[in-house]
Amino acid sequence: MNTALSWIKAYVPDLDVTAQQYTDAMTLSGTKVEGYTCLDKNLEKIVVGQIQKIEPHPDATKLVVCQVDIGGRTIQIVTGAPNVKEGQKVPVVLDGGKVAGGHDGGPMPENGIAIKKGKLRGVESDGMMCSIEELGSSRDFYPDAPELGIYILPDDTPVGADAVEVLGLHDVVFEYEITSNRVDCYSVVGIAREAAATFDKPFYPPQVTATGNGEDIHDYLKVTVEDTDLCPRYCARMVKNIRLAPSPQWMQRRLAASGIRPINNIVDITNYVMEEYGQPMHAFDYDLLGGHEIVVKCAKDGDVFQTLDGQERKLDHTVLMINDGEKEVGIAGIMGGENSKITDDVKTMVFEAACFDGTNIRLSAKKIGLRTDASGKFEKGLDPNNAEAAINRACQLIEELGAGEVVGGIIDIYTHKKTEKRIPFDPAGINALLGTEIDEETMLGYFKKLDLGFDAETREIIAPTFRQDLERPCDIAEEVARFYGYDNIPTTLPSGEATMGGLPYELRVENAAREIAQFCGFSQSMTYSFESPKVYDKLLIPADSRLREAVEISNPLGEDFSIMRTTPLNGMLTSLSTNYNRRNKNVRLYELANVYLPKALPLTELPDERRQFVLGAYGDVDFFDMKGVVEEFFDKAGMTKKVHYDPKAGRPYLHPGRQADILYGGVTVGYLGELHPDVADNYKIGEKTYLAVLDMPSIVPFTTFDRKYDGIARYPAVTRDISMVVPKEILAGQIEDMIVQRGGRILEAYKLFDIYEGAQILAGYKSMAYSITFRAKDHTLEEKEVSDVMKKILHGLGSMGIKLRE
Amino acid sequence: MKEKLEKIKEEALRQIEASEALDKLNDIRVAYLGKKGELTSVLKSMKDVAPEDRPKVGQMVNEARAVIEAKLEETKAALAKKAREEQMKLEVIDVTLPAKKNNVGHSHPNTMALEELERIFVGMGYEVVEGPEIEYDEYNFTKLNIPPNHPAKDEQDTFYINKDIVLRTQTSPVQARTMEKGKLPIRMISPGRVFRSDEVDATHSPSFHQVEGLVVDQGITFADLKGTLAEFARQLFGEDTKVKFRPHHFPFTEPSAEMDVSCFKCGGKGCRFCKGTGWIEILGCGMVHPHVFEMCGVDPEIYTGFAFGVGLERIALLKYEIDDMRLLYENDVRFLKQF
Repeated sequence: MNTALSWIKAYVPDLDVTAQQYTDAMTLSGTKVEGYTCLDKNLEKIVVGQIQKIEPHPDATKLVVCQVDIGGRTIQIVTGAPNVKEGQKVPVVLDGGKVAGGHDGGPMPENGIAIKKGKLRGVESDGMMCSIEELGSSRDFYPDAPELGIYILPDDTPVGADAVEVLGLHDVVFEYEITSNRVDCYSVVGIAREAAATFDKPFYPPQVTATGNGEDIHDYLKVTVEDTDLCPRYCARMVKNIRLAPSPQWMQRRLAASGIRPINNIVDITNYVMEEYGQPMHAFDYDLLGGHEIVVKCAKDGDVFQTLDGQERKLDHTVLMINDGEKEVGIAGIMGGENSKITDDVKTMVFEAACFDGTNIRLSAKKIGLRTDASGKFEKGLDPNNAEAAINRACQLIEELGAGEVVGGIIDIYTHKKTEKRIPFDPAGINALLGTEIDEETMLGYFKKLDLGFDAETREIIAPTFRQDLERPCDIAEEVARFYGYDNIPTTLPSGEATMGGLPYELRVENAAREIAQFCGFSQSMTYSFESPKVYDKLLIPADSRLREAVEISNPLGEDFSIMRTTPLNGMLTSLSTNYNRRNKNVRLYELANVYLPKALPLTELPDERRQFVLGAYGDVDFFDMKGVVEEFFDKAGMTKKVHYDPKAGRPYLHPGRQADILYGGVTVGYLGELHPDVADNYKIGEKTYLAVLDMPSIVPFTTFDRKYDGIARYPAVTRDISMVVPKEILAGQIEDMIVQRGGRILEAYKLFDIYEGAQILAGYKSMAYSITFRAKDHTLEEKEVSDVMKKILHGLGSMGIKLRE
Repeated sequence: MKEKLEKIKEEALRQIEASEALDKLNDIRVAYLGKKGELTSVLKSMKDVAPEDRPKVGQMVNEARAVIEAKLEETKAALAKKAREEQMKLEVIDVTLPAKKNNVGHSHPNTMALEELERIFVGMGYEVVEGPEIEYDEYNFTKLNIPPNHPAKDEQDTFYINKDIVLRTQTSPVQARTMEKGKLPIRMISPGRVFRSDEVDATHSPSFHQVEGLVVDQGITFADLKGTLAEFARQLFGEDTKVKFRPHHFPFTEPSAEMDVSCFKCGGKGCRFCKGTGWIEILGCGMVHPHVFEMCGVDPEIYTGFAFGVGLERIALLKYEIDDMRLLYENDVRFLKQF
């Protein structure tokens, strides 16, 4: 909301502050000023001049030479403006002065445009006559300005006076950010009340006087409110013998500063009262109201209505409508109809100031897809007691401006009366909540400034109906706090029982994962939780896969953000692809990403959110590097048992011969592998890409950060090397399982130190060599102990079809 | 005899003196002290010496031997030292050649900011609590004093799954869930991902992170809120950081405030960073609304509390001077490597 300081000052005349002081103080008392614009910025040495004489330029057909009286002396100005005439009064910027912008109305330079005297085509020019654009404004706000040329001032303007003052440009427009609870501050009167309280100055709200001729509106118009829940109050008044004309300068200026284009006196008064009181109003052409009647009721399903912007709007039975005796004439609180709008031919009109249910207006505006200034105000929930004051204010302005003859009386259908709220006043409670020691008198002083009543007998605060944000003692505490000053409230730390802070265990495991990932060269990425359903095709996920059963967002930003991911792969691959596309080499990324797995669709309970530890890399990396990271993490997390890898993982997005499920303690805790080349193509990654995904909720139960010292071996180890010929299909993991199973308690370690396939080896076989280490904790091993175990191991390997190499 | 010994000794010492290599020394040792060495041969010729003179000659031989051995040792040590020095001269390296690095990975800036926040609040005794990202409307809104049809639901541009389930727009529902568990007092922060339907641009993202804080106990005041958050700001942005609290409105707190910190770039004088104001808006906060307490099963007659919410990206962007929020979700390693 934008408002000129001059308008605020109309109700707080003693306000005497700089724009910055006003901004700071208002913000600290709760009416946030977002910024301000000084309308006289870069306007210097600009006076009212009167053109005495216009002569042609001797050397240029498009220029003229003017003698201009600037009060006390006459200067010569050369201009190319087409609209000047002798005797006119115009704004003149003198030598050494400044204007805000160029005559074309383009963007204004930060420091304005300096004006110096000089020669134009050889003729001396001592200044410049100004257009409205040069004065930093536009025809939107000064509709009387010519389309091209110099702004012409009224004939009665005193020559030599400050032209900026005359144009009302010595003003500051403040932009406010009003919080949604302060409906009353979406009005100039509301802000002025806050300003008066903030600066401790008297507040003089507009005095609304009685209006109207001797007639009675009831003889002209009948109003029926059928749906009183959605329309707690409906006020109507009438104006006849309308004389459309431009509204006076002061009203135009105030509207312009608020960002509203002046139109004519009737429209301007409606807008002016909407700004001043925060009450939207509507005007109907009385002669177009069938049956001279107004009925407030909901539309019927399927109704189509043409609003005054010419658009067709589809309605249903929840949309509240204003009807005449025969037809719909307006969408209540949102926009009037084409069929009853005020035109230049209007003779008699009906003013409407109503209070509509905020929620209904909001939902209707959403449904129709039409949000207007009026609906924006109604949806906040207006004070019905404001409607009558506003409509009377409008009629007062009609009379003052001579815009028409106000018909006597008012039709006021007020079914749901809103009354003042009473809130217990508990100064001790307020101080206890704020941590202050403010005395009761001081608090009562704040309330008085804010027009809050106090019932000394019951010790209750009486909140006027325009302050619907005040409901409970804590709301009263806030009023005290903001006028005592948040700055003045002391600064303490909570006392009371000390608490143990810390991270949940799961986060500790995640930190271990992050530590290892980063140690292994992976940087942390973050990607969106929502993605496109098309990613399943990119990942070659079959049509019947459970992964395709994703939670869908009903109002997504677009298809690309429409489902909650069930796999973290797309995020990772997209990030890798971005890096590949930007020619980054050897990229390693990891992410701790949630996937969202619905228990059933459509969703009736919250889905299972599972944190995935995803690693992805291309470049200088292979399958076993990824496996290394996984096992380093397991070590870090205290998972010391043997990890198993099942190559029959069957993951369609991975290379069929280079993938494995990761099993720990009999549970599949994740998978790893090389990206399927087709998927790599789909993501436009031109290098072999490796992935590992660990399901953290499956991992966490196996982790521990407890460590026990196991002693350092004191007795010597015995090492045996075996070299084998192994059928090709037998995996190293199977051999190792056999070594572990048969090795017993004295097995300390084993290590594959050679693997070979080729010429010297029989087709269908490979050569593998292991070094096996034995050690006992409590004695030096004897030869027999070792050879017994070795025999068992070899026997076991033999049963798998493995032979020792000759 | 004496002269002979003296001569042998002199000659040996001269040779030792003159030798420049360790193997040469060894030759000398063999030549004089070895089994067939000159001194040894003197001892062997003892039989030609009168018996009464033998002890004396023996002593003289031993003395000569000791002198030669001492000289040998001394010279050996000197030569060894010299040889090592020569060797080290050959081993001089160019220390400015490139380092061999492990190419350690980097944390995401969001995580770095979060770790700072966690360090500060865990240090003050706060527990870190997480909650679901897909959340019931009731927890995201109703229990936080945002009843059905409240305009705030529109303001927060909610993503809906259906009428009862939303993508959480704030991490505050974790506060409601924690209060409901009924274990008091509470000091917690709740970091996590939240969602609002904003189009992606330099300052907006439909998915971002928040850290919410909640303290519930007997006798918690607005002054405690101010003190806690001022301390937080000092720890995060530096000792000299000043804070300013401005009244604001949130449905779940009353009184409510927004907190600004003095611009850590210019110290409050006003610069491009703080848009000339000297202040930077950092977080929203307030005293927990009694209605929220009532809905979460905490008795507002006994307990008071405060809550605050910080945008993690906002902190990260400010602290690390990142000028475009989209960088946070692109994961270009050239960006990540700077953290």
